[in-house]
Amino acid sequence: MNGWTDHLVIAPIVVPMLAGAAMILAGDRRRRLTVAIGSLSLLLIVALSILLLVQAQVPEVRIYRLGDWPTLFGIVLVADRLSALMLVLTGCLGLAAFVFSLARWHRAGVYFHPLFQFQLMGLNGAFLTGDLFNLFVFFEVMLAASYGMALHGSGVARVRAGLHYLTINLVASLLFLVGVSVVYGIGGTLNMADLAARIPLVAVEDRGLLEAGLAVMGVAFLIKAAMWPLGFWLPGTYAAAAAPAAAILSILSKVGIYAILRVWLLLFGPEAGASAGFGADWLLAGGLLTIGFGSIAVLATQDLPRLAGASVLVSSGTLLAAIGTGQVAVTAGALFYLTGSVLAIGALFLLIELAERSREVGADVLAVTREALGPGEDDGEGDAAEETGVAIPGILAILGLGFMACALLLAGLPPLSGFLAKFAILSPLLGTAPTPVATTTWLMMAALILSGLATLIAMVRAGIAVFWAPQAIRVPRVRVVELAPVLLLLALSGALTVGAGPALAYMQATAEALHAPGGYLRAVLGARTALPGGMP
Amino acid sequence: MELILSLGIGVLAGSGVWLLLRPRTFQVIIGLCLLSYAVNLFIFSTGGLRTGAAAILQRGEVGTLADYADPLPQALALTAIVISFATTALLLVVLLASRGLTGTDHVDGRERNR
Repeated sequence: MNGWTDHLVIAPIVVPMLAGAAMILAGDRRRRLTVAIGSLSLLLIVALSILLLVQAQVPEVRIYRLGDWPTLFGIVLVADRLSALMLVLTGCLGLAAFVFSLARWHRAGVYFHPLFQFQLMGLNGAFLTGDLFNLFVFFEVMLAASYGMALHGSGVARVRAGLHYLTINLVASLLFLVGVSVVYGIGGTLNMADLAARIPLVAVEDRGLLEAGLAVMGVAFLIKAAMWPLGFWLPGTYAAAAAPAAAILSILSKVGIYAILRVWLLLFGPEAGASAGFGADWLLAGGLLTIGFGSIAVLATQDLPRLAGASVLVSSGTLLAAIGTGQVAVTAGALFYLTGSVLAIGALFLLIELAERSREVGADVLAVTREALGPGEDDGEGDAAEETGVAIPGILAILGLGFMACALLLAGLPPLSGFLAKFAILSPLLGTAPTPVATTTWLMMAALILSGLATLIAMVRAGIAVFWAPQAIRVPRVRVVELAPVLLLLALSGALTVGAGPALAYMQATAEALHAPGGYLRAVLGARTALPGGMP
Repeated sequence: MELILSLGIGVLAGSGVWLLLRPRTFQVIIGLCLLSYAVNLFIFSTGGLRTGAAAILQRGEVGTLADYADPLPQALALTAIVISFATTALLLVVLLASRGLTGTDHVDGRERNR
């Protein structure tokens, strides 16, 4: 601990916590003050996380010991490349959702802004923590805030979906606790790095129990990541949530992915002895099934918010399957995919809310019936208008172009980053494969490409229904503060496409560090001072 | 001692799971409570079980580290109790809201068609 820069690591947790507390003290009525605090906090978070990202190169792993307690007694925060990347993503998405909410959503219910800050605090904490129990605590902070966010605005649909969301996540938390306590009972520690160092030494007769404990914990992560068959709650909840809440909720499913990446690669890397690679087949199979289920859900849905929810499933599945292959280069591609899909899905959730305003209530049902029954009798009258063509208002054109960009990003078509990400996942799979390419590789390739096709079909169909063939064009009233965040997220996706070279190099370095966690272990355990007495 | 504790955890968890799968929101919430009791006991038990041990020190004995119960599971159980208590309270509010908005206490917000 020397110099103020060491405290940077904890700042992304402290800033939103203080901001949230200050907002509660200021009271929900003083809207201008709360918004000012919120803007300040979000700008700080973005700046801090970018600073951490820049600094994540040297030294590779920064640790922060709370209260300067020796590592294994106190709480450790660890910031490495992966954490920094997730922090930046959270910050950008948070900023976009926050600005978007200022137009009207923050007035839809009480305490939107404090909840939003606590949500960010939980997310940042989960990305930074170095031990399993604090991961649980930050999961809970994040979830408690997300319950409020999912229910924000109230209404029958939200309460109904929120009830399922709450119940499922409470059960997941209980599973997490069971897993944590089994791991503690066998491993004798909850510090991830220490646990990783101890796993090869676990006695043979205890190994099964330890793996079972970690598997139970993994189920809790996979419920967050919405792996099939644990993810049926996701499309309904995300579709029902208010747009800015849904955008920030969409990164919650990536927390599950992050936890898998962090814990699984750390504990079951090649150094883990007999446990190395435990559960890889399950991740791969589960990921493929999730892609399949997500693609069917994408095709089956007529309703735009559910479409976005289903594409979260597809992206989770793709990530899980890619991680399950356990190859460094594929993980790098998966990280690139994760970055792109967080931005694209966030933009899509915000965009949908704006696009839906141009439609009348029940337009979905009308679209379905028209598709099923064919064009009705109103064809004759429409001819005159069709000859001159219907002018598309400017704002709808912008929204339509944004929607198109989201479709390209999510379906993985060139020229945007979605294509590069899928290519980065598939190319090493085929490049390093032995001559008769394994069945799973073929399956993975088919799943990725077919899910892209399904997404494309669904998005094109939805886009035509919303932007080209509305029954009556109603120009939506869209304010600049609502359009700007969508454009920001899309611009970031564009930047990711243009800067794909440096971005992929960063992801490659991250993936290498994840697959060979020696640096992580040394940074955390090397800081261990001489321990009084023996550890249990 | 081990048998009683494991039977207790098992019965609590079993009833909790059964109630969790019931269609009424109140049954679900009670099921979650029972499950969280089971999990708390389970966490507590990972610290190791002893019978007839002194609370802190035996009379006339010099304490060693081995005499103390492992404090970490206790801290975990305490945190877990607080968190599950708070989230259950929140669930109760959502349950009431759901009852008020949908007019039924079915978990799906509507009665199953018979």
